[in-house]
Amino acid sequence: MEKNLAGYTVHLDDEGYLTDPGQWNEDIARALASEEGIELTPEHMKVIRWIRETALSGKPLSIRTVKKSGVIDVKEFYRLFPGGPLKLATKIAGVSKPKSCL
Amino acid sequence: MEKPKVKKMLFILSKSNLDSVYATFIMANGARAEGIEAEIFFTFFGLDVINKKRMNHIHIATVGNPGLHIPNILGGLPGVEHLISKMMLKQMEKLDIPPVDEFLEILSASGVKLWACKLAMEMFNLKREDLIDELDGILTVGDFYGRMDNENIHVIYI
Repeated sequence: MEKNLAGYTVHLDDEGYLTDPGQWNEDIARALASEEGIELTPEHMKVIRWIRETALSGKPLSIRTVKKSGVIDVKEFYRLFPGGPLKLATKIAGVSKPKSCL
Repeated sequence: MEKPKVKKMLFILSKSNLDSVYATFIMANGARAEGIEAEIFFTFFGLDVINKKRMNHIHIATVGNPGLHIPNILGGLPGVEHLISKMMLKQMEKLDIPPVDEFLEILSASGVKLWACKLAMEMFNLKREDLIDELDGILTVGDFYGRMDNENIHVIYI
């Protein structure tokens, strides 16, 4: 479905994830985050940028890859993105939802 | 997608075989990933998993395990259980599934509460210091029921 976010028209899937990561920018990230009740800080952005890089390079995302990333620890990740951090962070980063069971 | 209606998952882990342990860990981790609270109550042989000395020697049962499709007599030979467990752990590492100690660290950092069963600890003569530092406490059955402090809480016995 088409949606207007921060003045940009983007295409989202049924779960609200951007279907084209190329449509993403930081304003859209802020709009997506605020819909989830999260106000993005530089700390969030550091994680979001890492999530994007990882996902777009085709590497799998799991809680363990986050732990090993050196960008953030697991506890902090849950604090920054409460209520399902990987799901939320990937959504805000404009990449697809992780398919892994981990 | 709709938010899940379940608020908390309580897992009771009473076994220490590899398949039971990982099923519990993956389900608990998955709950947290979906924004659901999760707690694990370790009792009986499940205590092995949080026992510092034993946690990284978790095996798969090679005798009496029809899922392995090997004869019991073969599964009972010396070293077979160790070998098959090692092979399975290697395969899991390929899939980036963490070993027991690291998985427990992740679960704890993710907000999964880890509890030890008081009575089982007494049965096995275990002390608090024998168990992992991440443990949130030692509970009686009554305390455990106290963790069902709300609606939409599910209990799974593994």
